[in-house]
Amino acid sequence: MTSEATSAANPAAPRTIYDKIWDAHVVETSEDGTCLLYIDRHLVHEVTSPQAFEGLRMTGRSVRAPGKTVAVPDHNVPTTAGRDVHIDNEESRIQVEALDRNARDFGINYYPVSDIRQGIVHIVGPEQGWTLPGMTVVCGDSHTATHGAFGALAHGIGTSEVEHVLATQTLIQKKSRNMKVEITGRLRPGVTAKDITLSVIGETGTAGGTGHVIEYCGEAIRELSMEGRMTVCNMAIEGGARAGLIAPDEKTFAYVMGRPHAPKGAQWEAALAWWKTLYTDEGAHFDKVVTLRGEDIAPVVTWGTSPEDVLPITGVVPAPGDFTGGKVEAVQRSLDYMGLTPGMKLTDIRIDTVFIGSCTNGRIEDLRAAAAILKGRTIAPGLRGMVVPGSGLVRAQAEEEGLAQIFVDAGLEWRLAGCSMCLAMNPDQLSPGERCAATSNRNFEGRQGRGGRTHLMSPAMAAAAAVTGRLTDVREMMAEAVEA
Amino acid sequence: MDKFTTLTGIAAPMPLVNIDTDMIIPKQFLKTIKRSGLGKNLFDEMRYNPDGSEKPDFVLNQPAYRNAQIIVAGDNFGCGSSREHAPWALLDFGIRCVISTSFADIFFNNCFKNGILPVVLPREAVDALMEDAKNGANARITVDLPSQTVTASDGTTWAFEVDEFKKHCLLNGLDDIGLTLQKVAAIDSYERQLAQARPWV
Repeated sequence: MTSEATSAANPAAPRTIYDKIWDAHVVETSEDGTCLLYIDRHLVHEVTSPQAFEGLRMTGRSVRAPGKTVAVPDHNVPTTAGRDVHIDNEESRIQVEALDRNARDFGINYYPVSDIRQGIVHIVGPEQGWTLPGMTVVCGDSHTATHGAFGALAHGIGTSEVEHVLATQTLIQKKSRNMKVEITGRLRPGVTAKDITLSVIGETGTAGGTGHVIEYCGEAIRELSMEGRMTVCNMAIEGGARAGLIAPDEKTFAYVMGRPHAPKGAQWEAALAWWKTLYTDEGAHFDKVVTLRGEDIAPVVTWGTSPEDVLPITGVVPAPGDFTGGKVEAVQRSLDYMGLTPGMKLTDIRIDTVFIGSCTNGRIEDLRAAAAILKGRTIAPGLRGMVVPGSGLVRAQAEEEGLAQIFVDAGLEWRLAGCSMCLAMNPDQLSPGERCAATSNRNFEGRQGRGGRTHLMSPAMAAAAAVTGRLTDVREMMAEAVEA
Repeated sequence: MDKFTTLTGIAAPMPLVNIDTDMIIPKQFLKTIKRSGLGKNLFDEMRYNPDGSEKPDFVLNQPAYRNAQIIVAGDNFGCGSSREHAPWALLDFGIRCVISTSFADIFFNNCFKNGILPVVLPREAVDALMEDAKNGANARITVDLPSQTVTASDGTTWAFEVDEFKKHCLLNGLDDIGLTLQKVAAIDSYERQLAQARPWV
């Protein structure tokens, strides 16, 4: 069955944006409903791809669509100078060299460490215009959901599926269910996209989206910049969803226009005409609906070792007895690991390290938000702080705007682009017991280094924590800034 | 990929909810460019002390469970990163089946690509199997894919659902890529249509 046939089966039925993108990419449908789905963009990084390329070599297969495949090293790369000449860690170096070789041998688009366009794969894709509305985008990385901000169907895959896409430009898929997450109204001052996405996970739990593709909608989502929308969609996976997306609008088109790999001229007009049809029809069916009021969302932080362990910064550390079922044991384990006592005020939690960066919050807007708080201030004595831009281009722009100087003057380290301390595969790691205010996406045990303790929050909140040396309500500093 | 038909083996109880892929295989072991050899680092930070010695309390370090082939796990097993190193590590250790009330999507898919069967059962069944698994080597659970059943050591049996296509691939140890390449004409045709409809892709 072709995509036209799918739509033709019931042309009048209202569809969600997910339904529309899905229908446009079905190559073939089997009797049991399993589909062969065409993949428009395949993003590749050094950690989840070597075994896939090795598989191609062993079977004598080639990359079917090298022009639709884009590779960039990000997970492993050091964020300090000289990395384009030599990477000290041998295993990391071997993985990056393997990607260099695989990109060259298979003729795929590549941004090596030495290229200013290098960065985190989920920041590079949109920046270079590889990510466009209505596309299917996959990558061997769970945060591929980021690209959903453009109204693309984007999700993470494993290495076997990476090999499958390389060889066939398709994936074998069953359709997920539709879930709507609506954020009504407006956000209050000091509340950001990160607070939205963490609050949603706090509401639904880390398995709340399992088996679903989320469409984020509502006034508060519309009001977000493209950077903010990427932050929201980025963490759809932490809510268990296969993907998260936002219908494209004028902001989306304005962001995409003129990017190196965006369509130009007549093709731009044709693309725009199709992109404007990518919205959820009135009356389309959602299997699950979650609604939050924008006004009710506060600046939040995580206190535990699951992204669902979210509370407003004004809260206190909960007790295991506040929970039920298997979560009781998990919370006890979390509190032991995090070294926290029930009843303690979140704002009394002292930190050793601040990490600003990652595919969640490593874009220019994130750096501006952090710099706005840090301008004219210095970080707490003894604290280690690291700002890691999401790409070489974000880095250059931040330097041009004077943000880099603000970070350096405040006492933070200004690094080169990469995933860095989000997953600590490179030398940027926490030591056992060290506590970090992080703008990344996962607070799992050991995520930022064995025994390291992670509190997730927005860039502005991380900047506020850097100044005081403890978790801090950024709104207090905003008030100070206003009074000053 | 090894076929999966019927498995009778020792099940290790891991009641913790939200066991994530960072726990299953921490990032320092993702630097390999091979699929094999990860079993010794399965659950590394839960299983070993910083000096490399074993933590005796951890389930897979207990004599009864060293040869476990099944894990009975708490809700939402395998959440987090897409790393296929997680099923590779499980497989390399000898785990061929994980039973839980729910799994994260990407991990769930990755299991099937590696000959591991993830089984979703209702809470009461998982609770009963968890208790059974606590009997260690005395409790041997049977997982039968053709009949889609799990049988506890006392003979209690539960049926589970599995996607027909995934079952077919697992029963026969089939390589997805080989199957898809048989449909290359359909992909060619789609690409011709795509060149007309969305030439900017």
